[in-house]
Amino acid sequence: MSDDTVNIEVNGVALKARKGQMIMQVTDPAQIYIPRFCYHDKLTVAANCRMCLVEVEKAPKPLPACATPVTEGMKVFTKSPKAVAAQRATMEFLLINHPLDCPICDQGGECELQDLALGFGRDISRFNERKRVVKDKNLGSLVSTDMTRCIHCTRCVRFGAEIQGYPQMGTTGRGEHMEVGTYIEHSVDHELSANIIDLCPVGALNNKPFRYHARAWEMTQSALVSPHDAFGTNLYAHVLRGKLMRMVPRENEAVNETWIADRDRFGFEGMYSSDRVAQPMLRIDGALKVVDWEVALTAAAEGLQSAIKAHGAAAAGFLTSPLATVEELYLLAQIARGLKCPNIDHRLRQLDFRAQENEAGFPNLGVAIADVERLEGVLIVGSNLRHEMPMLAHRIRKAAVKGAAKVGFLNPRRFEYMFPVAGYVVSETDMVKELTALVHAAAGLAGRPVPQGVAGASVTESHRSVVGALCNGTRRAVILGTLAQRHPAYSVLKALSAALADLCSASMGLITEGANAAGAYLAGAVPHREPGGAPAAAVGLSARAMMESALKAYVLFGGIDPANDLAAESAALDKSDLVVVISTHLPDSLRAAAHVVLPIGSFAETSGTYVSSEGRWQSWSGAAKLPGESRPGWKVLRVLANLLNLHGVDYDSSEEIRDALKVLCGKRVEAERSALRGAIPDGNTPQGAWVDIPPYQSDVLVRGSDALAKTKDGRLTRSVL
Amino acid sequence: MSYEQNLVLFEALKHERSWTLEGYRQFGGYQAWEKILREQTPREKIIDEVKASGLRGRGGAAFPMGVKWSFMPRSSPLQKYAVCNSDESEPGTCHDREILRYNPHSVIEGMAIGGYAMTATVGYNYIRGEFLAEPIPRFEAALAEAYSAGLLGKNILGSGVDFDLHTFIGAGAYICGEETALLESLEGKPGKPRFKPPFPASFGLFGKPTTINNTQSFASVPTIMRKGAAWFAGLGPVNSGGTIIFSVSGHVEKPGNFELPMGVPFKDLMALAGGIWKGRKLKAVIPGGSSCPVVPADVIWETNMDYDSMKKAGSSIGTGAVIVMDETTCMVRALERLARFYMSESCGQCTPCREGTGWLDRMLKRIIAGEGRSEDLGLLLDVANRIEGHTICALGDAAAWPVQSFLKHFRDEFQYMIEHKGRSIVGQSTTLDGQPAVAA
Repeated sequence: MSDDTVNIEVNGVALKARKGQMIMQVTDPAQIYIPRFCYHDKLTVAANCRMCLVEVEKAPKPLPACATPVTEGMKVFTKSPKAVAAQRATMEFLLINHPLDCPICDQGGECELQDLALGFGRDISRFNERKRVVKDKNLGSLVSTDMTRCIHCTRCVRFGAEIQGYPQMGTTGRGEHMEVGTYIEHSVDHELSANIIDLCPVGALNNKPFRYHARAWEMTQSALVSPHDAFGTNLYAHVLRGKLMRMVPRENEAVNETWIADRDRFGFEGMYSSDRVAQPMLRIDGALKVVDWEVALTAAAEGLQSAIKAHGAAAAGFLTSPLATVEELYLLAQIARGLKCPNIDHRLRQLDFRAQENEAGFPNLGVAIADVERLEGVLIVGSNLRHEMPMLAHRIRKAAVKGAAKVGFLNPRRFEYMFPVAGYVVSETDMVKELTALVHAAAGLAGRPVPQGVAGASVTESHRSVVGALCNGTRRAVILGTLAQRHPAYSVLKALSAALADLCSASMGLITEGANAAGAYLAGAVPHREPGGAPAAAVGLSARAMMESALKAYVLFGGIDPANDLAAESAALDKSDLVVVISTHLPDSLRAAAHVVLPIGSFAETSGTYVSSEGRWQSWSGAAKLPGESRPGWKVLRVLANLLNLHGVDYDSSEEIRDALKVLCGKRVEAERSALRGAIPDGNTPQGAWVDIPPYQSDVLVRGSDALAKTKDGRLTRSVL
Repeated sequence: MSYEQNLVLFEALKHERSWTLEGYRQFGGYQAWEKILREQTPREKIIDEVKASGLRGRGGAAFPMGVKWSFMPRSSPLQKYAVCNSDESEPGTCHDREILRYNPHSVIEGMAIGGYAMTATVGYNYIRGEFLAEPIPRFEAALAEAYSAGLLGKNILGSGVDFDLHTFIGAGAYICGEETALLESLEGKPGKPRFKPPFPASFGLFGKPTTINNTQSFASVPTIMRKGAAWFAGLGPVNSGGTIIFSVSGHVEKPGNFELPMGVPFKDLMALAGGIWKGRKLKAVIPGGSSCPVVPADVIWETNMDYDSMKKAGSSIGTGAVIVMDETTCMVRALERLARFYMSESCGQCTPCREGTGWLDRMLKRIIAGEGRSEDLGLLLDVANRIEGHTICALGDAAAWPVQSFLKHFRDEFQYMIEHKGRSIVGQSTTLDGQPAVAA
């Protein structure tokens, strides 16, 4: 037994604890429940609700289990008459000024106060005085307030200060007049701010768009994975009569802990936006007409076949959104390759595809998400981190604030971070030059030669400070963001970052666009890789090249909006003989070009799998009902493949598709975190703009979310830095 | 009976312009501090001396001061702080104000000695904002004098000892007299008590080891150093060393501050205060500031004013604020006045106090308004019992004790008022505010 172990006894049961642990931290894992409101695993201890008072031998007063450290030989009684009397006393105090308006409160049925009142409350109130009324606050479009219901646990206050990094909520006033609010009225604008909805143990802070739409007990709960970024955030969808009503976090300590980004919570609203398609459509006499499935599918198959017959397979192109599931992507890749067409891509916003053969088996973060907070040196290159992957920004903040990490940035602009930044190099015009200087600084620090192909550079103090931050400790990571990926010199930035990572013994990783870029690589939805990740024999056209080549037939899969999702001009679509849109949405920018429209289910309406940035395969089995005539994407693709007389696609379930791909991927199924390595691409380094896509413009679903559009970040428009 | 008054703190009153450095020197000022600096007295010895003096915290909790000092991790390399609590706001208490007005240098010297003994090189005196008129300027002026005389600062008088002292002005919250709320306030945050552990000695001001003592406690230290622990301890009975200032208020002929040795009989204190107002009969006394349980006349009359005797009488010395109530006092109204105070001064942080103090006051107001019900008395007591011992800080207890003690000793008055729809049992009653108490 180490010196660290403390023996305690709870309700007569002997338990082992670590020195410094609080009683609650010992009883919780031991399945001994102590009622609580203010205590939360992820927040500091406030000890203000007094619900967790327990009896401790030799202590004259009941003690709060959340804030009482264990001591050797301590005897705790959580259900003794003294403990229960204290808990009941607290419950009575909490209820006297609570409005008890459960019948009209959205929290009803999932309310911690309601639940505990059942166990510790009285049946009839002894309080005969007037109840307190508190003015509601306006926190913006995401969080509704009913502050009279507030029990002052301050979880929301602590969340702001400790998790977000800046206090958005606070308490004002004293005694009975203490109120939780923002003091000066403003909306809650952090990308994680709506987590206070889940934190609030009562109905004071609630989901505003969901308000009065359903009761907790009417809905069914299904597990999902967030489609808005490749973090792999685990969600629960709450569905009422087939309609998705709201998203809540699904706890997964290895991924999103107990949090989700606001985008993950409200982004699904786009499923029900006005440009959602629910009927198969065919262009007849110049206009899109609703037809039945058979007609539409036959038209798509025949159109593709005749285009290929007339112009060859290379005249067709398959573009898919990175929101598509692994199963859909694999089937689409099988169709393209079955038709001998190598032109398939999901990298819609990328411009520079040089040196793509040097890439890892699939784009990944280079470090397991759970290990991010243990990093000691971090360099982020070309990323508006908080917008691109809010939950990763949270993990990195944890590393910087609670851990030992020094975090440096190389960005075209100075973005705001709620943690100490060790170094920040800003270059709007020539980031390649700055990155080259960082490589020189790193080579200098490591005492190693500058890799071949790296140009000369003048190293300044700020370069050295950023490299110094990256070389802090031993666990180091370089992470390249989507700003860099959208830049015309991406391949150079990538190769230089890899060289830098190599010199600093750091892992090298990517933040990818969309939820499933990793899955798309593994499924073969790239022109240079076969399904399973092996190099393709014939390398096809990239997404950009397909748009620039005026192909005769295009298949657009998933929710692609050419106006928002394509880096290249989309004029080729309008001139093409055939545009088959297999999609959840039909955005205006596609309406004129589409010849055949096949409506499919969104991520929440189909079973499927995403592969996250850390290579985690996460499957789910659908939550909401498909609207109208739409069908799951994988079923549509399977029928299309049959109509095209392709073989080897006779799958009966999405699980079969996934498992078949997994076999192909072999070892790549395991989180492959091999870094990107390779020579610096020859030729010029094109100058170009930095495209910053706001967090609530990132994909077809979030763009359709009214609640998010009304936030501060929702008003941001796509900007070119 | 005759007592030698003003032996320690109010010795200043015997001297001209005692608040100046020159005045303070007339009665031994800074001799102790200079001796310590000169001789580099071992820190342990100073702490032992304070322990032996029997000096107990005069802020109300009566914790032995030397023992508190010994809790400081003196060998810790961290910055340590000595903080003086001059946020005197316990109702009925007004002696720290007079110490700051007439003997501010004793506080400075006491804090410097404390800082030296505990290896705290920075001190703060947290003074309540209401003292802006005279006590704060007097203390600030004394501070400036001490600095210019080289008695504070870095390498004081060439001794290698550092001690910097700063004034901090509070904003008038009662709760900031609670030591951890005071620290929060000192850090610039809302004054809300911290839960303990950790205690300030390990995690105090800015997270560093800190000791907080009351003004009167610090001000007593120079005299103890000068005249010896034995002399100080011998002034009072066992367990109650030294002198204490009683702030006598309420129904007495001559209210005021009286510095007396610990353990004087209550009746002698009353004699010094000129007896009960207008020769009326004594009804009850709150002997140590509003938070202490009330003691009925017959009990207090036979009690000596020291820690042990007062405990036996069912109350405590508290801050030494003796609130005297004569036979015309309506105890229901008196209690409502106290309950109202705790309701407004609760910080609102933890549930029982935030919700319970308002409940207590509303019930009492309702009883006074003639809307009382027979079950209210049981409920009052029950609510008080449910606050007591369940809160982060002692304000909850302070709100509960008056209710418990008033109901224990004067239940008939409450009963009478409920039964008579708000009429008080005392014919002509006045509230503590001096307002005529007209039955509603």
